[in-house]
Amino acid sequence: MIEQIHIKKSEKEKNLPKKQKKINEFLYFARRNNKLKIGLFIVIFFILIAIIGPLFTDYEWRAYIGPSSQLPSLEYWLGTTTFGQDVYTQFVQGLRASFIVGVIGGGIATIIGIIIGFTAGYRGGIIDESLNIITNIVLVIPTFALLLIIAAYLKVRGILTESIFIGFTAWPWAARAIRAQTFSLRSRDFVDLARISGMKPTKIIFTEIAPNMMSYLLMTFILQFGGAILIAATLDFIGLGPTNAISLGLMMNYAVLWGALQFGVWWWFVPPGLAIMLIVGALYIMNVGLDEVFNPKLREM
Amino acid sequence: MRRYFGRKIIIYLSTFFLAVTIDWAIPRLMPGNPIVTLLSKVSVHAEAAEVMYGYYTKAFGLDLPMWRQYLNFWIALFHGDLGTSVYMFPQKVSDVIMRSVPYSIALLVPAILLSFYAGNKFGAFAARTRWLDNTLLPLGYLLTATPYMWLGILLAWSLGIVAGIFPVAGAYGFNLAPSFSWAFIFSLIKHWFLPFASLFLVQFGGWAIGMRNMIIYELEADYSHYLEALGAPRKLVRRYAFRNALLPQITGLALQLGVIVAGALVTEVVFSYPGLGSLILSAIQNKDYFLIQGCFLFIIIGVLIANFIIDIVYVIVDPRTRLGMVGGSS
Repeated sequence: MIEQIHIKKSEKEKNLPKKQKKINEFLYFARRNNKLKIGLFIVIFFILIAIIGPLFTDYEWRAYIGPSSQLPSLEYWLGTTTFGQDVYTQFVQGLRASFIVGVIGGGIATIIGIIIGFTAGYRGGIIDESLNIITNIVLVIPTFALLLIIAAYLKVRGILTESIFIGFTAWPWAARAIRAQTFSLRSRDFVDLARISGMKPTKIIFTEIAPNMMSYLLMTFILQFGGAILIAATLDFIGLGPTNAISLGLMMNYAVLWGALQFGVWWWFVPPGLAIMLIVGALYIMNVGLDEVFNPKLREM
Repeated sequence: MRRYFGRKIIIYLSTFFLAVTIDWAIPRLMPGNPIVTLLSKVSVHAEAAEVMYGYYTKAFGLDLPMWRQYLNFWIALFHGDLGTSVYMFPQKVSDVIMRSVPYSIALLVPAILLSFYAGNKFGAFAARTRWLDNTLLPLGYLLTATPYMWLGILLAWSLGIVAGIFPVAGAYGFNLAPSFSWAFIFSLIKHWFLPFASLFLVQFGGWAIGMRNMIIYELEADYSHYLEALGAPRKLVRRYAFRNALLPQITGLALQLGVIVAGALVTEVVFSYPGLGSLILSAIQNKDYFLIQGCFLFIIIGVLIANFIIDIVYVIVDPRTRLGMVGGSS
């Protein structure tokens, strides 16, 4: 008993600096990775706008507060819509909505993907087969069509409902990717060792397999985050967005429906799309950067 | 190979079954009487409402037991009966949809095939060419992150309205009647070009970076190094790497289909192109639930068929699936 504790202790002491060293190594490469830095900078920039931006406006996004179709000016920072609504107000609130959808929708999708991926990949056999079939079925159903029919029948839709629906339909590819990774880790020596020593499967998954996939899971979440924002924008644009709030997709929808193109009110439809493109693009580039940080093979280029 | 296709067909059939069940269940599961919900949103005269109420009660068959309703739904489906459109009363939903489908296909198929070809070629070309890698690939990432409708809006506004080169609404000139004249075909192409271009560009970015990311793994693989060590020309090594990197891209195409279709729908809305997207938008705006449900089924059937075609292509391209070996991602 004492010996065991002793071994554990010494192991811990040995492990700690090693782990620290690994983290330091990642940080070293992360700091030198331009893709990661640029991507992170853009994303944080927009997060800050989404958090602080709404504090600088007293208007309601719906309210008609000024003359119509005003160019961006000191008074109306991003101009006004053809109805005389403040574009800046709509933009910052829409940005908030996008991040909420990204975090909740992407988060739910990642969590479901993790649960199904780990279970299928680690358990194998019949459980794997049946989960695989479910995953494949949800994978072939065009998410958008599914959301279309659900959203059409909901009378009141909020950003939260939208995020939850997106989360529950976007998980399959994450599940598939995580399953494949788990599968390849399952037969490694250290997992076998844990299994022989009588560890419970859930414990093996969380203490042996998951830590080795942290970078992978993080990257999955980032992709799901970006994907959720894009799906939400698409849904909103076709008129199935939130009924009680504004979003970037809805802004574009209103702009197209109410003649912003014909009247040349570009300040109404350029900012929302540009923001989505920059955020999602930055997320993708960040992911490539992270891949290079975590995967030594890709570093020397 | 039989096992491969057997699995696929089981999955597609269950997907179709599930889709039809969803199509049947959603209106019935949502809180409240679907007919009252439907009619409260349609503003019609009192007498018309009564006729419609009668029609919907019969159409939904709500007075029958659940299993009977479900069975009737399937029977009607196999007769090609998807109900009657509300806002284009009394046209059949299936007729309305069939009129729009050719336009959607004319946009989707060329955009998918051309962007897949061009994007993969370009991505393979750009990989490991430093200046291309550093300049054009960030552009690829931005392109693939662009919401389809936004690129469409930008193109419509810049090339259509400001520059006046392309028309921005409809599928052909309003002053023309469909005919096989040059003027009409020219008008068709002119109206088709911008929505096609926005679909093409967004997908092109995605395929280019996808291929670039795949092929650098393949170029690092042992067989590539071995070929290089044997003194094989760079071009040959690349060709082998390209063929291997293409396989996950084909799987990727199957996975992307839903997103691409959604992209096409919103692009059509931007350009008022008379395909399924514009139809769905007016169905949503007019609360025409039968039409929405019909479009839902149509999209799913289309995506399933496309998936099946991709599976066949995969078998042709990857000999391992043909020989019954594990290969590929079944």
